[in-house]
Amino acid sequence: MSDITRDDVAHLARLARLAVTDDELDTFSRQIDAIVDTVSAVGDIPDDVPPTAQVVPQTNVLRPDATEPSLPREAALAGAPSAEEGRFRVPRILGEEL
Amino acid sequence: MSDTQRSGAGASGEELLSLDATELARRLHAREVSSVEVTRAHLERIEAVDGDGGGDGVHAFLHVDADGALAAAEVADRAIADGGPVSPLAGVPIAVKDNMTTTDMPTTCGSRILDGWRPPYDATVVGRLRAAGLVPLGKTNLDEFAMGSSTENSAFGPSRNPWDLTRIPGGSGGGSSAAVAAGEAPLALGSDTGGSIRQPGAVTGTVGVKPTYGTVSRFGLVAFSSSLDQIGPCGRSVLDAALLHEVIAGHDPRDQTSVDAPVPPVVEAALAGARGDLAGVRVGVVSEFAGEGYQPGVSAAFTDAVRVLGELGADVVEVSCPSFSYALPAYYLIAPSEASSNLARFDAMRYGLRVGDDGSRSTDDVMSLTREAGFGAEVKRRIMIGTHALSAGSYDALYGKAQKARTLIVRDFTAAFETCDVLVSPTTPTTAFRIGERIDDPLAMYLADLCTIPSNLAGNAAISVPCGTSADDGLPVGLQVMAPALADDRAYRVAAAYETARGESTGPRIPELRALEGSR
Repeated sequence: MSDITRDDVAHLARLARLAVTDDELDTFSRQIDAIVDTVSAVGDIPDDVPPTAQVVPQTNVLRPDATEPSLPREAALAGAPSAEEGRFRVPRILGEEL
Repeated sequence: MSDTQRSGAGASGEELLSLDATELARRLHAREVSSVEVTRAHLERIEAVDGDGGGDGVHAFLHVDADGALAAAEVADRAIADGGPVSPLAGVPIAVKDNMTTTDMPTTCGSRILDGWRPPYDATVVGRLRAAGLVPLGKTNLDEFAMGSSTENSAFGPSRNPWDLTRIPGGSGGGSSAAVAAGEAPLALGSDTGGSIRQPGAVTGTVGVKPTYGTVSRFGLVAFSSSLDQIGPCGRSVLDAALLHEVIAGHDPRDQTSVDAPVPPVVEAALAGARGDLAGVRVGVVSEFAGEGYQPGVSAAFTDAVRVLGELGADVVEVSCPSFSYALPAYYLIAPSEASSNLARFDAMRYGLRVGDDGSRSTDDVMSLTREAGFGAEVKRRIMIGTHALSAGSYDALYGKAQKARTLIVRDFTAAFETCDVLVSPTTPTTAFRIGERIDDPLAMYLADLCTIPSNLAGNAAISVPCGTSADDGLPVGLQVMAPALADDRAYRVAAAYETARGESTGPRIPELRALEGSR
C-alpha cells in the first residue's frame, strides 16, 4: 500500500484548508491510501520520457496592452458574503498570536 | 391548458417532445410550430417528470427558468417571422449544465459552496446560445464541480436515468443527458474532463461529443481540471450535436487556451455520414478496451457495431495502444492536482458560502470551516489527493510521472492515427449501474471513465453514439468514435453513418415514463 496515514490526511487537510472531522479522517485515510496505491502505477514509466503538461500547440498567448472596461464594482460585490464601503469585508487576517 | 394551446399546428405536445432538434428547427423555420409552443411543451414535460430531487423524478434540472425561456422563445418567434437570417437552431430549447455561468440563473456546480450564486457574467457558450436564438430552459444537475460518474456527488441529490429510475444517468453531466433522454430538452450543453459528456450519453441512449481540446471556449466554465476540461454538445442525433457544435465552437480571446483555427465542418460531415458510405475509411478497434471488466452485453453490442461499420465499407483493423493502461492512474493524479489548485478560489471571501465568521475567528479558520461545510466528500478527496500529488515529497513520483504517462498516451494515439482515420471502442465498460452501488467505492466509480479518459489526456475529439441495448439488461450502450485533434468531422461522419445504418434506432427514443407521469 501507499502508506497514507491518518496523520498524513490531517496534514493534507490543513494545507488544503479543510476542517475535516475525526470520522472523515478515518474514511478518507482508508480511501486515499487505496487510490494513491492504484494511481502509483505510473511509477513504472521510465524517467527519460518527457512530460506533457498540456496539449494545445501554442505558447505565450498575448493580447494588446490596452485598458478595457472591467466588471462594475457593484457586480463584483453582488455575490460577496460580506461587503462594506464598496469593498469585500473579510475576517481579521492578523491574529493576536502574530 | 387546452390541447390547442398546448400543441402546434398538427403536432401534439407529446410529438414535439420526441422530435430531434433538426426536425424541430425545420418546423420552426417553416412556421409550422412556434418556439413558444415548443418551449411550453418542454416546460410542461419538465413539470411532469422532473420532480424535485427528493422523490422519484428524473431530477435532471437544478433550476428551471420558465419565464426567461418563454421570453427568449418569443424573441426567436419574432426573428423567424421577420424573415431575416436566423441561425439554424433559432427557437430550439436547450438545457445548460450548471457549471457554466448565467447572469439570469443561479450557477451552483452542484455544490453547497455556490448554492444560489448568481454570476455577474455569461459564459461565452451561453452568450453564443443566446445570440443564435436558442432558448435556455434551465440548468442541469451534475456531480459536484463535475467530479464523478453518476451525479450522486451533487449536493442537491442525484439525477435518475430515464430508462430505469433506480439507475444512474452517468456523470458528471448526468442531468444534461437525462434531460435529453427524457424529452425534457432536445439539446443540452455538457462539459467533459474525463468522459462527463460521453459516458452519460452512452448510458442514457443519447449522443454526446467531446470536441477537440481548446476548440470551444471555456470562459465562464467553472474550472475543474484546466488541461482537460472541454465543453461540448448533447443531443438525440449526431446531426443535432453537429448543429449545436457549430453554434458554440470558435476562437475566443477571453480563453487563453482557445485555439485560433477554423471550426471543423462537422455538420457537413454528419450529413455526409448519414448517406451511409464509409468506403475507404480506416477504423481501428482498440484491442485494450475489451475483456475483463466489460459487461458481455456491452461487448456484444460493440462487436455488432464494428460489423456494421465494416458493412458500410470501412476497413476495420485492430490496433494496440498499450500505454492506455496508464490513462486512468494518470487522470486520477492530473485532474485532482489541477482541481486542488482551481478550487482554491473558493475561499469564502469574494462569493459563495461563508461559515463561522462570528468575529472571533481568523480568515484562515473561516476559510477551513467554509470549505469543510461547502464541499462534499468526493471534492474533498480529490483536493487532498491533488495536494498530496503536488507536494514536494511526491511530485516526481506522482504528478511528474502522470505527465510522462500523458506523453506515452499521446504517442499511442499518434501511432494509431498513422494507420487509422478513427478509433472505436465501447464508450463505457458497463451499462448504467444502480444508484448507491458504487458511491462508497471511489475506485469502482472511476472505472466508468476507463475508455473515455485517453481522449481527454491527448486532447482529441471523441463522440458517443447510441449502439442499441445490452442483451443482458436492456439498457443503452454507447459506441465511442475517437478522432485526431481538429479532425472532429471524422468522428461525426463515422458516427452518423453508423446511426443511419442501425435503422431501428434512428431518431430519438424516449423511454416510457408513464408510471411516473400518472403518479403526478
